[in-house]
Amino acid sequence: MTVSDVAPIITSRFANPDAHTLSGYRATGGYQALAKALSMSPEAVANEVKEASLLGRGGAGFPAGVKWGFCPPGVWPRYLVVNGDESEPGTYKDRMLMERDPHQLIEGVLLACYAVGCGQAFLYVRGEMALAQERIAAALNEAYAAGLVGRNIMGSDFSVDVILHWGAGAYIVGEETALIESLEGERGMPRLKPPFFPAAKGLYMQPTIVNNVETLSNVPWIVNNGAAAYNELGAEASRGTRMFAVSGHVKNPGVFEVEFGTTTFRDIIFDPRYAGGILGDRAVKAFIPGGASAPWFFEEHLDLPLEKGTVDRAGSMLGSGAIVVMDETTDVVRACLSLVRFFAHESCGKCTPCREGTTWLERILTRIISGQGRPTDLDLLLDVSDNISPGIAWPPKQTTICPLGPSAVSPISSALTRFRGEFEALIDDAVAARTAVTPVEITVGSHG
Amino acid sequence: MADETSTQVTGELTITLNGTQVDARKGELLIAAAERHGVYIPHFCYHPRMRPVGMCRMCIVEVDTGRGPTLQPSCMLECAEGMVVDTESDVTSKAQDGILEFLLINHPLDCPVCDKGGECPLQDQTMAYGPGESRFVESKRHHEKPIPISDLVLLDRERCILCDRCTRFAKEVAGDPLIHFINRGNHTEVNTFPDEPFASYFSGNTVQICPVGALTATPYRFKARPWDLEQVESTCQTCSVGCRVAVQSSRNEVLRYVGVDSDPVNWGWLCDKGRFAFESVNGDERLGEPLVRTGGELRPARWSEAIASAAEVLQSTLTAHGPEAIGVIGGARLTNEAAYAWAKLAKGVLGTDNVDAQLGDGLPAEVVLGLPSATIDEVCAPGGTVIVLGPDTKEELPVLFLRLRHAVLNDGVRLIEIAPTATGLSAIATASLIHHPGETAEVARALVGQPGLGTDAGGVNSAALEVARAAIAAGGPVRVVLGRASVAESVSWTVEAASILSSIPDTSFLMALRRGNVRGAIDLGLSPGLLPGRVTLDGGRANLSGLWPTVPATPGMDTTAMLTAAAEGHLRTLVLVGADPLADFPDRDLARRALAGVETIIATDTYLTGSSSLAGVVLPAAGFAEVSGTTTNLEGRVSVLSQRVTPPGTARSDWAIASDLARALGVDLGFASVEDILTEISSAAPSHAGLADALASSSDTDGVVVPLSGPTPADALLSFTVPTSDALLPRHSYSLRLVVGRKLYDEGTAVHHSPAMTNLPVGGALRLNRYDFDRLGVAEGDLVRVIAPALTIEAPVVVDPAVPRGSAGAWFNQDGLCAADLIDITAPLTVLQVESLNGQGAGS
Amino acid sequence: MARLTPENEVLARTIIGRYPVPKSALIPLLHLAQEQDGWVTDEAMAHIAELVGVSAAEVLGTCSFYEMFKREPVGRYLVNICTNISCVLMGSDDLLSHAEQRLGVTVGETTPDGTFTLEGVECIAACTEAPCLQVNYRYRYKVTPESFDELVDDLAAGAFADEIPPHGTLARVRQVIAADRVAGAVEPTDGRQPEWMGDPDGGAS
Ligand SMILES: Cc1cc2nc3c(=O)[nH]c(=O)nc-3n(C[C@H](O)[C@H](O)[C@H](O)COP(=O)(O)O)c2cc1C
Ligand code: SF4
Ligand code: FES
Repeated sequence: MTVSDVAPIITSRFANPDAHTLSGYRATGGYQALAKALSMSPEAVANEVKEASLLGRGGAGFPAGVKWGFCPPGVWPRYLVVNGDESEPGTYKDRMLMERDPHQLIEGVLLACYAVGCGQAFLYVRGEMALAQERIAAALNEAYAAGLVGRNIMGSDFSVDVILHWGAGAYIVGEETALIESLEGERGMPRLKPPFFPAAKGLYMQPTIVNNVETLSNVPWIVNNGAAAYNELGAEASRGTRMFAVSGHVKNPGVFEVEFGTTTFRDIIFDPRYAGGILGDRAVKAFIPGGASAPWFFEEHLDLPLEKGTVDRAGSMLGSGAIVVMDETTDVVRACLSLVRFFAHESCGKCTPCREGTTWLERILTRIISGQGRPTDLDLLLDVSDNISPGIAWPPKQTTICPLGPSAVSPISSALTRFRGEFEALIDDAVAARTAVTPVEITVGSHG
Repeated sequence: MADETSTQVTGELTITLNGTQVDARKGELLIAAAERHGVYIPHFCYHPRMRPVGMCRMCIVEVDTGRGPTLQPSCMLECAEGMVVDTESDVTSKAQDGILEFLLINHPLDCPVCDKGGECPLQDQTMAYGPGESRFVESKRHHEKPIPISDLVLLDRERCILCDRCTRFAKEVAGDPLIHFINRGNHTEVNTFPDEPFASYFSGNTVQICPVGALTATPYRFKARPWDLEQVESTCQTCSVGCRVAVQSSRNEVLRYVGVDSDPVNWGWLCDKGRFAFESVNGDERLGEPLVRTGGELRPARWSEAIASAAEVLQSTLTAHGPEAIGVIGGARLTNEAAYAWAKLAKGVLGTDNVDAQLGDGLPAEVVLGLPSATIDEVCAPGGTVIVLGPDTKEELPVLFLRLRHAVLNDGVRLIEIAPTATGLSAIATASLIHHPGETAEVARALVGQPGLGTDAGGVNSAALEVARAAIAAGGPVRVVLGRASVAESVSWTVEAASILSSIPDTSFLMALRRGNVRGAIDLGLSPGLLPGRVTLDGGRANLSGLWPTVPATPGMDTTAMLTAAAEGHLRTLVLVGADPLADFPDRDLARRALAGVETIIATDTYLTGSSSLAGVVLPAAGFAEVSGTTTNLEGRVSVLSQRVTPPGTARSDWAIASDLARALGVDLGFASVEDILTEISSAAPSHAGLADALASSSDTDGVVVPLSGPTPADALLSFTVPTSDALLPRHSYSLRLVVGRKLYDEGTAVHHSPAMTNLPVGGALRLNRYDFDRLGVAEGDLVRVIAPALTIEAPVVVDPAVPRGSAGAWFNQDGLCAADLIDITAPLTVLQVESLNGQGAGS
Repeated sequence: MARLTPENEVLARTIIGRYPVPKSALIPLLHLAQEQDGWVTDEAMAHIAELVGVSAAEVLGTCSFYEMFKREPVGRYLVNICTNISCVLMGSDDLLSHAEQRLGVTVGETTPDGTFTLEGVECIAACTEAPCLQVNYRYRYKVTPESFDELVDDLAAGAFADEIPPHGTLARVRQVIAADRVAGAVEPTDGRQPEWMGDPDGGAS
C-alpha cells in the first residue's frame, strides 16, 4: 500500500487557513473526541489509546498508551508535560502541528489528562518558536473561554489547567528529564534514569507523563475512530501515520504525513509526490534516517520501510522523523563536523564524558579540516568516541547520563567507517604540507 | 525540588562483588556497599553526606542485574538482590581511564603549587591509573587566576572539575545557594552573583570537600604542604555542639582544622568560625607568661611568684571573710579534667560554693540536669516533632542547625519554633511562633492546650498555633531544643515554658547552651549547689569523702548573684577561669561595678581580656590543641581532646594551675596527670561512673554519652522548681521590648584573634521592624537616641524584617552598639525607648 | 535598566501563580525581563530572585544556561542564521559570510547603530526550507544573498514593524486565564485523587 491511499490523520487541516482558530477547528470535527471521552470512563479512554499502537514520536518510539500505564497507582497528583521543544537537527513537524492545528494538540492534551488523571498540564514550547507560542496562546485563550479547558470542562467534573510554557534555547531540554528540570526553573540538565523515570518520579518528583506534540496530536483521531481503525494502518508495531521531514539535497524538500511502517525511504525521497529525488539527479552518498543522533544510512538502505523495528535492526533509528539527504558531492568530514559541533555546543555539561569528550571530538575534527590533522587522529577520534559510548555499537552503550553524548558518536562512526579515505586524504595533505616546508634560515641582526 | 526522604537502609541482600558474595543492605548505594567490603571505587562527585548526582562518571562499573553487564554509576545505584558487580573488568577500567583522561584534558597539572597537592583524589587517581602521555594537543581552558568568592574562600576555575560538590553543599546542606553553575556545556563554571559573595557560615566545608584544589581557604593558602602536616583527632570547643575535627600542624603551629565525620554529631561538617578559629591558637597576643600587678601595673612574673601571690590572696580572704567571700566564675572553656580540678579546688579546698561556669546567659543547672535529655540523633530522628525554644541555632550552634535543617528537609521532621524574632530556621519551620518578648510561657501554654482553642497567645495568632498543635498531634516523640532566645529577659519564662512543654507525653530536651564545654563544667560541679556527677551538695557529699578535704554546706551564688554581691562589696576575691564578664555577662554595667567592687581578681586565660586586665594576678593558660583530656558536648557526649602543639611561653594547662594553687594552699589535689583526673572522675562522679573504660573501648570519633547506663542519679535528685513568672510589664505604646541574641561572628576571642575573621562581625545596630522604623522617620543607618534603664546612648538603627513590631533587636558583643550596655539584669525584661534625634518616638 | 516595572511585576505574580512551585516561573519571568529591557539585567535577575524566592545566583545559573537570554544589550533585530546540517548542505556557510559582509560585523557582533546583531545558530526547525534564518524569532525561508539584502534594507526601513517586534518581545499573544475558569495549580503535596478518576482507591492504571 502506498501513502496516497491513506487520508492524513494529523495534518488533515493544514490546508485550511483558519484551522488554528476554534471555529475552524470545530468546523472540522474538533473537540468531538473530548465530548466522546467525557461520556466514557477515563480507563476506557486509556485502554483505547493503549490498544492503538501509538509509538511516541519524540524519538524513542515508546508506545504512548503503555507509558500512560506506568504511573504508580494511587499516587497523586500526576502531571502531563508536552514536549514541544523540537530541536533535533533535521526535525520539523511539531512546529507545524503547533502553528497550524493547535487545538488538535490541546484536545490531545485534554484526552491524555482525562485518561491518566493528570491535574495539570504544561505545554513546553521551544523558545525560538514565536508563532507557535502565539497560536497556542490564542487557541488556549479561546478554549478556556469556551469552557473546553479549565474548571469543569464541558460541564463535567473534569478540570485541568493547561499552562503554556516557553523554553529559552537549549536542545538538551528536549530530553524528558531535562525538560522537567527546565520546567522546574532549573538549568536543563538531565536526571539519571534510574531512579528518575518521569512516570514514577517526574515533575516535582510526582508521576509525570511526557509526550511529544505529534504523539498527542494523534489522540483525538484515535478516540474518535477507535484503536482498531488506527491499527489498520501501518505495519508491525508502527501503526497509523507519521510525519517525516525530508531535507538536504532533494528536489522537493518538505514535511510529509505518510503511512507508518509501509512507506519506504525510497518512496519518500524519490517519489514525485514527496521529496521528488536528488538535486541534479545525483547519487545518494548517505542519508540520516531519524535526526542528527541517528547513525547514517546509505544507498543499500533505501528500500527499507519506515518501520521502527526494521530500522532499529538495520542499525539506526527513525528517531524524530527527520530524513536528511546528502548527495555524492557532500564533504562528509564537514558534514560530520557540523553534527559533532552541534552536540558539543548543546551538551548540558553535567557529565564528564559528554562535556569534555564531545568538545574534544569537535576540536580534533576542526583540526583535521583546517589542515592540522595528524595520522593518529582517526584512531583518537574512535577511542574518544569509545570512551563516550563503549563499543561504538547500536543501540549505543554510554558512559554518560543521557544519550546526547553518544549521539555525537553516530556521525563519526558512520562517516569514518564508510568514508575513512576522505579523512585520511585531508590528513595526508596536511602532513605533506607540513613536511614540505623547508627550514628557513634565520638571520639575526638588523632588517634589510 | 526537594527530594523524598533520605534513603532508609533496611534489610539484607546478597550481591556478587568481584566474584565474591557479600552482603548489602536494601537501599544501600553500591559504592558504599563496596567500600564497606574493602573495594574502593574511584569517585569525585559522590559524597556520602550529600545526595548523589552521578555527574563525574568516575564511579561507573560493570553491573549485571540479569540483563547482561552494563556500565552504571555505582554512586546512584542501589544494591539489589543478586546483582553481579565487576569493578575491575576491562570494560570498567577502560571506561574509568577514559573519564580520568577527560577530566585531565582541561585540568592544569600544577600540583606542585596547588594547596591540594598531596591530598588530591584527582592526583591520586592519575598517579594510580592515569594515562601516561597526554593525547590532548589542543590548548587547555584558561581562566582568571584564583578569584575570591568570599572573605574566606578563593576559586580557581582552571582546576575545577565541575563535580557539583560545593554547589550542592551550599544549596542542600547549608541552605545558602550563593554559588551555582553558570553557562552550559564546556563553558560551565562555578559562580557567584555579582556583588553577592558566598557569605555562608559554612563555606569552609566546600574547601574541604572540593576533590581538587579549585577551592582554597585564605587562612591556610600556601601555609603548608599536606605531607608536612601532622594531625590528631579532637573535638572543636568553639561552641557546645562539639564537632569532631582533625587538628593539623606543622612545626608546632596549628595550621588547619578539618571536619571529621562523627555520625551522631557533625557528619564531617564544621562552621567557619570553628574551622578558622585555629588562627587564634597561634595569635601573637597569646599570654605566654604570668602577670602580677605591682605598683598598679601588670608586670611579667615567674610562675612561683604568681602562684604564691594568688594563693596568698585566697588564703587571706578565707582567713578574714570565710569561703563565702570568694567567687569563681568560668570554666566552660576547660577540659572536663580541668573543670573537675577547678571544682575540687574551689569547692573541696577553698570551700566556696560560689562557683558558676555560666555567665547569666544560660539556664539554671537544675533545669539542664533535671529534664529528660535527648541526643542530637534523637532530636533529628525521622517522624517526630522538634520544638526549638531557644537561640537562633544558625548563629549560636551552627552545626546543630545543619542537622536540624537536614531532619526537616529530608527526614520529615516537623519543626516548631518559639522565638521572639525570626531565625535561620524560620523559613523551613512547620510553624514559626514569633512572640512578644517575655511571653514565651503563654505560647507554650497555648501550644499544649486543646486543638481549636482559637485564641492568640503572646502575640502569636491562633492559626499559627493551630498548625503547631497539629504538628504535635501528628504523633511521634516531641524533642525540645531548649536555650535562651534572648538574654534581655528573665530566664524564668523560659524555665516555665520548658516545664509546660515537659507535660507533653514522650518529650525530652536537648540543652542549647552555647559555650564549648559548658556541659562538662556543669556535670563536673562548676555550678552552685552541685557536685561532680550531676548531684546536689547533699547528694554527693558522701561520694567525695576521702577524696575532697571539704564540701560546702549550702548552695552558693550563681554568676548574677556573685556579681551583684561583688558590686555591693560582699565578695572580696573573684577568680575568673577563662571568663570575661565585661564582654559576656548580659548586664555590662553590673559587671563593671562588680569587678570594681572586689578587692582582688585572679584570672587564668589565654588572652588578656577586658576583665582579666583588671586582675591582680593573671595566669596564662594552655588552650585548645595544647592540652589533652576530654570534653562534653551539649548532649552530654564525652569525647577525647588531643594535644598537637605546645602552648606559648610557659602557659600551663588549667588543671595544673589548679593543682599548683591547691599545693600553695597546702593541699595536694592528688593528680599528676590528665589520666589520674579521668580515673578520679570515673569513680567520684556518679553520672560518669566507668567513663575511663567506656572511652577506652569506644570509637574516638563518636565518644560516649553520659550517663552510661540507666537513669542518672541526678534525674532522681535534681528536680527543679519552676519560678513564678515575673510579672509582665504592661505594654506601653512608646516603648519597645528588647530582644538580644548573638551573631556567629562577634567580638569574642575566637573571632577577634583570628585575622581571617576580624572583618566578619556585622557590628551593632538597633534593629527594628519596618513599621516601627518608619514611625521614627529615620533612614537606614541613622543614629537614634536609645533610652535604656541604665543609660541613654546614640546608636545606629536599621530595618530588620526578622524583628516583630513592638520589639527592638540588638546583638550581643558587637562594636557600635553592644546589647550588654542596654540590659538591666534586675528587670524581668529590658524595655527601651527610642527617639530619632529630631524628636520622633517609636514603639507600638 | 532595571527591576521589573510595577505592571510587569503584577504580570509576574500572575505567571508565578500558575505553577505549583514558584521557581517554575523562572524562565517565563526571564523572558518578561528581556521583553522589558531587550536583554536581561542583573537588577531584573535580583528582582526575579525575590519574587520566586530563590537566590540571585540560582536565577543567573538558570538564565545563563539558555541561549536566548542575553546578558548584554543586543541589536533591535537579532538575525539568527541556521548553520546546522540541513542548512549547511544547502549553503548556509555562504549565506553567513554574505551576512557578515553585508552587515559589516562578524558573527556575535552588533552593528554600530544598534540595529542588527548577527548570530549563527543551531537547527531552528525549518530544515526543509534551508537555508533559513530568523529575525527576532520570525522565520525567513530559502534565503539567498539577494533576499537577505532585501530583508536587511526592509528591516532598516522599518518595513516589518508589525510582524517583527523589537528584540525581547517573543510571542505577542499571552495566555490569559479568566478567574472563573482557573482550575488551579496542583500542588505536588496535594495527594488527592482527581474527581473524575472515579472510585478513590483505584488508580488509572
Ligand atoms: C538529547 C535528546 C533530545 C530530545 N529532544 C526531543 C525533542 O526535542 N522533542 C521530543 O518530543 N522528544 C525529544 N526527546 C525524546 C524525549 O526524551 C522523550 O522521549 C519524548 O519526549 C517522549 O515523548 P513520546 O513518547 O511521545 O515520544 C529527546 C531525547 C534526547 C535524549
Ligand atoms: S550526556 Fe551530555 S547532555 Fe546528557 S547529561 Fe551528560 S553532559 Fe548533559
Ligand atoms: S562519583 Fe558516581 S558519578 Fe561521580
